[in-house]
Amino acid sequence: MSQESFEPRLVGFLCTWCSYTGADLAGTARMTYAPNVRIIRVMCSGRVDPQFVLKAFLEGADGVLISGCHPGDCHYQEGNYKALRRHRLLSRVLEQFGIEKERFRLEWVSASEGAKFQQVCNDFTEHIRKLGPLNLNGKGGSRHD
Amino acid sequence: MTDSKPKVAFYWCSSCGGCEESIVDLAEDILKVVAAVDIVFWPVALDFKKKDVAALPDQSIAVSFINGGVRMSEQEEMARLLRRKSQLVVAHGACAHLGGVPGLANFWNKETIFRRAYLTTPSTDNPDKTVPLERTVIEGKELTLPAFFDTVQALDQVIAVDYYLPGCAPPRDLILKAVTAILEGKLPPKGAVLSPNKSLCDDCKRNKTKPEKLAIKEIKRPWELFLDPEQCFLAQGVICMGPATRTGCGERCIEANMPCRGCFGPTDQVFDQGAKFLSAFASILETNDENEIERLVGSIADPAGTFYRFSLPSSILRRKRMEAVR
Repeated sequence: MSQESFEPRLVGFLCTWCSYTGADLAGTARMTYAPNVRIIRVMCSGRVDPQFVLKAFLEGADGVLISGCHPGDCHYQEGNYKALRRHRLLSRVLEQFGIEKERFRLEWVSASEGAKFQQVCNDFTEHIRKLGPLNLNGKGGSRHD
Repeated sequence: MTDSKPKVAFYWCSSCGGCEESIVDLAEDILKVVAAVDIVFWPVALDFKKKDVAALPDQSIAVSFINGGVRMSEQEEMARLLRRKSQLVVAHGACAHLGGVPGLANFWNKETIFRRAYLTTPSTDNPDKTVPLERTVIEGKELTLPAFFDTVQALDQVIAVDYYLPGCAPPRDLILKAVTAILEGKLPPKGAVLSPNKSLCDDCKRNKTKPEKLAIKEIKRPWELFLDPEQCFLAQGVICMGPATRTGCGERCIEANMPCRGCFGPTDQVFDQGAKFLSAFASILETNDENEIERLVGSIADPAGTFYRFSLPSSILRRKRMEAVR
């Protein structure tokens, strides 16, 4: 696939209290932004099991975004801090698997930050477009690859 | 030997031999096993050949115990042959079950492994740069070796597996229980791991010393401190895979004052033992400060190798991305 025709496939896990509402605000305010992030609503960024992230990459995601409430604002007190710790540790592990840490992003977006959500989606999409496709697409483990 | 006794085969693929030892370690009990079954193939102990197995009718072996992952073409061929000849196949031990320690080679590939093993280790003396070849012609004669794959696979990624005996190596009581269950026909549903489906912490004697809230301020490796013989390892800041590992091992490592390394693999509810442990471990780091989190995370010597020590080939990603192997 040439660089020009490559459309990054991104998966975004958004917490329902802040970031999903923020994304909704971007929509109702009719902000335009890159349509590459496939949004999955979760109750809390702390609910995102690292297995979800690995599965997303395996199934063909070029990048994975987790987005939650700003530090101190978690609806469940500290789910977002758990997400932060998991993100940093999983980023290191992903690099050992040959997946660049730029492909796995954590962002804080509050319910009132539609514009920030717009900027995060645009920025992430452009970064991954430059980085190129990951191409795992369900393989990774037959004996010859 | 009579035809009425059930036929049993043992085979080893990519493994260290410890699983063979685990069968010999049945000690006197092995005599009961030998009395009840007819061993038709066991390369490590008995002089039967591949052609003897090939000559048996299909499905005529009651059960084959295969240990080791699949790293070479010969192992794949033998696994397929035994599958065809057997009614049941048991993945014996962590390597057949999950890929095992040899599966950590999935962070490299054939080329980089050969380069390291045959050319660049400090102790290598190989001026002609000879590496194993699948075909070599010497004095007009062709010699062959099995193909070496880029990726180690768990047994069930190559053939259908009926039961799994976990562990590095499986403990004697689990082996005996499995053999008895097979002989008596009292088997759980196919696909079962023959060990209780709960985490090691559930059975661990040190669980009662675990504080209400685990909070790790510093991550230590076992050699960096005098390990308390009674306190929960995680409470001491030592990585212990217990929370993400299936129980049934008899806590052999814990008894020897060493943390769990995860050889029994995950429980049935978990796809990826490493990711699940990562999730639990990150959540008990005692800091919310970004810089401190990065310092703590950076202090783990080899997180992927530690969390996936036995399970890399059976994990979600299975191996390092080939394009990224250098």
